[in-house]
Amino acid sequence: MNPSAQALQATFGNAIGRVVDARGETIVYVTAARVRDVLAWLKQTAGQDYDYLVDVTAVEYRDRERALEVVWNLRSLASRRDLRIKVELDPRGTLAVPSVVDLWAGANWLEREVFDMFGVTFTGHPDLRRILMWETYAEGHPLRKDFPLRGRFSRSEQVRQALNVNPEGHYSLEELAIAESFDELPAEMRDRLARGQRDQIANSE
Amino acid sequence: MSKRTVELSVATPGADAHGDPLRVPIPASPADVDPELGGEHLLINLGPQHPATHGVLRLVVELEGETVVRVIPHVGYLHSGFEKLGEYRHYNQIVPLTDRTDYLAPMSNNVGVALAAEKLMGIEITPRCQVLRVIACEMSRIISHLVWLGTTSIDLGAFTPFLWAFQQRERIYNLQEMWTGARLTTSLTRVGGLLADVPDKFVTDLREFTETFPDTLDEIDRVLTRNAVWVGRTQNIGVLTAQEAINYSLSGPMLRASGVPWDMRKDKPYLGYETYDFDVPVGENGDVYDRFLVRLEECYQSNRILAQALDRLPDGPINVDDPRVILPPKSRAMNDMEAMIYHFKQVMEGVKAPVGEAYAGIENPKGELGNYFVSDGTAKPVRWRIRPPAFINLASISKMAEGHLLSDLIAINASVDIVMGEVDR
Repeated sequence: MNPSAQALQATFGNAIGRVVDARGETIVYVTAARVRDVLAWLKQTAGQDYDYLVDVTAVEYRDRERALEVVWNLRSLASRRDLRIKVELDPRGTLAVPSVVDLWAGANWLEREVFDMFGVTFTGHPDLRRILMWETYAEGHPLRKDFPLRGRFSRSEQVRQALNVNPEGHYSLEELAIAESFDELPAEMRDRLARGQRDQIANSE
Repeated sequence: MSKRTVELSVATPGADAHGDPLRVPIPASPADVDPELGGEHLLINLGPQHPATHGVLRLVVELEGETVVRVIPHVGYLHSGFEKLGEYRHYNQIVPLTDRTDYLAPMSNNVGVALAAEKLMGIEITPRCQVLRVIACEMSRIISHLVWLGTTSIDLGAFTPFLWAFQQRERIYNLQEMWTGARLTTSLTRVGGLLADVPDKFVTDLREFTETFPDTLDEIDRVLTRNAVWVGRTQNIGVLTAQEAINYSLSGPMLRASGVPWDMRKDKPYLGYETYDFDVPVGENGDVYDRFLVRLEECYQSNRILAQALDRLPDGPINVDDPRVILPPKSRAMNDMEAMIYHFKQVMEGVKAPVGEAYAGIENPKGELGNYFVSDGTAKPVRWRIRPPAFINLASISKMAEGHLLSDLIAINASVDIVMGEVDR
């Protein structure tokens, strides 16, 4: 078993639920309220050093009574250890977990995908939009178990919507406003671009 | 890397003391802008059907003059819902779906999904199957990198390496066709084994390939690595530091070019990769040029692995000896009652996996391809998640392109080595 699991239990106590160790993989269940603290602790604590976010995803079971799980796959590159953190949410309740984009920039698109496919909201995400489906997609979240394989709308309705789409919808509001938006960029980035500087990208952390 | 010795002043006449190309600075205030030229930012839409976006990627680019201020990527035009489809299919029926994700390296995807299913079911594959799967993975790596070399050189204005690369790629496609009957939709693996053993001629042909293929790599190396235009257009473009590369969860050549020596084959070995003798190339500067060097060197190393795999290819069965997992031969299924029952149950019910979950990551040409299966004990997974390396690598493009010229954006986009089938899945 991954020793980080015991370390988590010792540090976070009640916030840690059950720990599963199977097939050489360690899964730690965490309460939704503390998951951000747990992930930040795992990343920043010396000796843990889970500096690499492998994946963020979600799992919904066919059994409607089972919780919907949000899954973080973490890796420590130095010690070559993998750890899976899970949060259980009620699929009929509010689906919300904190975002970790400020900890791992790679979480940005992964969280958007989970939001798109499962409808899980990542609070604090800087730009939580649909990513694989288009922004005006109205049929729901495709990877939910109550979503039919062929989609919610009939083929004729899908065709009708596709033909009636507003061409302006291909651009987000953000993009349509670009001509005026330079002044709204972060001061540091504006400054850097104004100096024509390349290769000196500020650290995202 | 020692190849980085080109005199930059030769490559770019407008280079500063550090060798960085000079850029026209952006005016700090609107007052400095020539009113004739206007100070407004320009919105440019690249794609989704644009030859330089390597598929149906759409980039909305905000420009200040010719300098990229912001890139907003739009993906999803090729979304096929593979993960949803996988929930309605038996584990073996998922294999054909993986052909179509990263369609530049289909065999390698097949291996990845089979490894995850076998980890979930606790199946140990045979020694011959292991070596054949290594051959499949490394052949995929070579053809994927060759497409990358070819298309990237076209993006940056060199046509000849494209022809050389595709000529060699054709030889591997012929081998794939010989092995599986298909050139692209190989569907090579089955849970617990392979679709078919290799034909006799395959080994001699692949041996001949490994002996002659490095000549083409040498040619590409000679024509590109010290080429002034190539160097000028790739060095110091799209730089990511090691820390940023890790923070963006990059994997594969993108991560290694930034100086992080992480390779799943070395650090989390599977298929017995720890017993092969090969090197993992690592870049120093994390720019487009280093990504090129890393991929070029990986082709040489894959060739080495192929030669070693051919030397050690053991005799024996390719499938595990378990009638619950592997279909019996057709002749037995027709004549033997027991074999027929197994055949019927497998085709109608599928192979049942125990309750639980498994994640298997392999080093695909694009990066770490992860397959994550969650099972509730039935023959179909509750959840099949592909960790798509190209998707995650592409997410860093906004960061890399910021402040570069529009033409450099093309080089940066090419250096990510995206394949939209996998980005959108």
